[in-house]
Amino acid sequence: MNFKTFKIGGVHPPENKISAGTPIEAVELPKRVMIPLSQHIGAPAVPVVQKGDKVKVGTLIGEAGGFVSVNIHSSVSGTVAAIDTIKDPAGFAVKAVIIDVDEADEWEESIIRTPELIREITATPEEIVATMKSAGIVGMGGACFPTHVKYTIPEGKKADTLIINAVECEPYLTADHRVMLERTEEIFVGVEVMKKALKIDTAVIGIEANKPDAIEKMTKAAVNFPGTTVQPLLLKYPQGAEKQLIKAIRNREVPSGKLPLDVGCVVDNVGTALAIYEAVQKHKPLLERVVTVTGKKLAKPANYLVRVGIPASVLIEKSGGIPEGTGKIISGGPMMGKAAVSAEFPITKGTSGVLLLDESEAKRREVQNCIRCAKCVDACPMGLEPYHYEKLSEKGRWDDLDALNVTDCIECGCCSYTCPSARPLLDYIRLAKANVGRIRRERAAKKQEAK
Amino acid sequence: MNNMKVSLSPHEKGHFTTNKIMWLVCAALIPSFISALYNFGIRALVVVAASLVFCVGIEYLIQKFLLKTKVTVRDGSAAVTGLLLAFNMPSSIPLWQLFIGALVAIGIAKMAFGGLGKNPFNPALVGRAFLLISFPVSMTTWPKPGETRLVWNVVDAMTAATPLGNIKLHAFNQLPAYWDLFIGTVGGSLGETSALAILLGGLFLIYKKIISWHIPFFFLATIFVFTGIAWLVNPEAFVNPLYHILGGGVMLGAFFMLTDMVTSPMNPKGQIIFAVGAGIICSCIRLWGAYPEGCMFSILIMNAFVPLIDKYIKPKRFGSEVNYGG
Repeated sequence: MNFKTFKIGGVHPPENKISAGTPIEAVELPKRVMIPLSQHIGAPAVPVVQKGDKVKVGTLIGEAGGFVSVNIHSSVSGTVAAIDTIKDPAGFAVKAVIIDVDEADEWEESIIRTPELIREITATPEEIVATMKSAGIVGMGGACFPTHVKYTIPEGKKADTLIINAVECEPYLTADHRVMLERTEEIFVGVEVMKKALKIDTAVIGIEANKPDAIEKMTKAAVNFPGTTVQPLLLKYPQGAEKQLIKAIRNREVPSGKLPLDVGCVVDNVGTALAIYEAVQKHKPLLERVVTVTGKKLAKPANYLVRVGIPASVLIEKSGGIPEGTGKIISGGPMMGKAAVSAEFPITKGTSGVLLLDESEAKRREVQNCIRCAKCVDACPMGLEPYHYEKLSEKGRWDDLDALNVTDCIECGCCSYTCPSARPLLDYIRLAKANVGRIRRERAAKKQEAK
Repeated sequence: MNNMKVSLSPHEKGHFTTNKIMWLVCAALIPSFISALYNFGIRALVVVAASLVFCVGIEYLIQKFLLKTKVTVRDGSAAVTGLLLAFNMPSSIPLWQLFIGALVAIGIAKMAFGGLGKNPFNPALVGRAFLLISFPVSMTTWPKPGETRLVWNVVDAMTAATPLGNIKLHAFNQLPAYWDLFIGTVGGSLGETSALAILLGGLFLIYKKIISWHIPFFFLATIFVFTGIAWLVNPEAFVNPLYHILGGGVMLGAFFMLTDMVTSPMNPKGQIIFAVGAGIICSCIRLWGAYPEGCMFSILIMNAFVPLIDKYIKPKRFGSEVNYGG
């Protein structure tokens, strides 16, 4: 097999794919779910239900609040208890629809719930893009960018390759891996739908070498879908980052400040492909996803098919409860995930995993002086200089940071991971990015005023 | 359960630590230490031990009583300086002079600039430069290898010229065999004589990814090419370039001093410029300068250029290479 990878930077954190061999398991519904109205980048959805309304599985409860926004649907059948603010993983207040679950689990009639594969695609490209928005499809790799926006190709630009991101380079996470093994054909039909929407014939599915069973199964299935191929990739973090994946598969570099479309590529997560299949072929809006619940001390690490809005604590309980000595709960993977203040946050469309770290793993090491070892420079997949940014950021030299391309940082965390002196490089770079962004906006506003 | 830790990503941390790097560098110096023991015996042991005690002790005292900050001698950086300082001394160096060297290395070259990672110049070499200028006689008296193993007070009869000294005097007929140079049974500083021992330690550091091959390779290659050209032009006046590689301190400099992370550039392109520059300066001093050995000065001079190199030589940014459709 011809394995590919990206060229500059990257690290090899321990894989810890503990739950890779555990089949996807359904989760019993709790008494109450909390469905946030903003599970995507862009404007929050506007609630269209009121307290006391009866909803079914798949009922629209929030309408897209603009072009960069998507619909939100109920993931359960029951009664709306309240539209209230709840806490997201980081502890910030967000608006959510809270639904008391009934036992009927009644679905909207339009949703086809039979398991047979529907290969024939009758929808037109325009209808597919419209369905993406109405069915609430977002990027399920974690960024949650509304998918229909990517598929609305601006005048003068042209895509030639659809890249399916099945890299799952985050340690611990195995949700995409299990989806590929258990929902293979559906993913491929989903890819056909996406190709049709983009009016292109070529799709490449990138899978890292630590999932040989998935590579084998997907490669076999690809025979029945001309134009779609599987590209095995060497193990290296952050290969699942959009720009690095395009570099690995097509050897094209997205220029600074540009989008994948500028080099003719559209990148989507493999879970998104499955969601698009279900939305377009089965009329099922995005209301559930596969979540890896894992941790070295967890009794039963597993992959669950979870309805959106179920609290993470329910999943952890099903896996045996929070183990003694747990120091950190992370929504997502250990490299880019967000640390949660408690386990009471709801699973959303972008939650790929819930990871429990032991106290000893949760603590940061004591910071030492920078010894200029250059390991951060070697590890940076964007060819940046984290050590230098940290120093400048500490001193608040935002203009210099802007000139040194700090905004190219993809926040993959390779620098902080690799630093032998345990310096908080990425923390300072985030501070710098936020300030550079602010200064740029202020400048643009001033220019506007001057006109 | 509201006692969870919250921090920004990444939550995973690599296992390589600064302390590990420093102690691995110390470990990589063990072959050279054994070679020093074999050649110079008891005095080598005493000089190395004293230098370690002086350097670590001075850093401890400065941090504890002068700066009143956290004592960080456990990170191993003072031990590295101690070893390297000793390895740059003749075995007959009086211990009080060695102490002054350690004081300059740790006190002035390192701690005065802010301690670990803040020093612009290699501390061990600053210490050596200070001693060479202050005590030129004891710093250029070279006990004969092998014969002085059990001798404490080295007298003139037991000293030998270094290979580079002989080159400077054009005494080409008195040069040792290549094999002696390679295994290190020649006069010189404690840790610099055996190319073999240095190579073992250096390759270990490259294997452990503590240093990259760029600096040693380009430094040695530059010296080889530069002195080689001089030799080809005038073999009467200049010596075979292999002598320049194996004799004197360039092997130790290439693998342990020039590669010092703190005082070398941050990306391969800059490191190549740095190493080539040092190679040229070292060759010029050796061929035409007053001192027989130019390695130390070439490294110190290039150390001064590191901030400039880092300012202008940037790593290749992702996205700078436009190869759409490739």
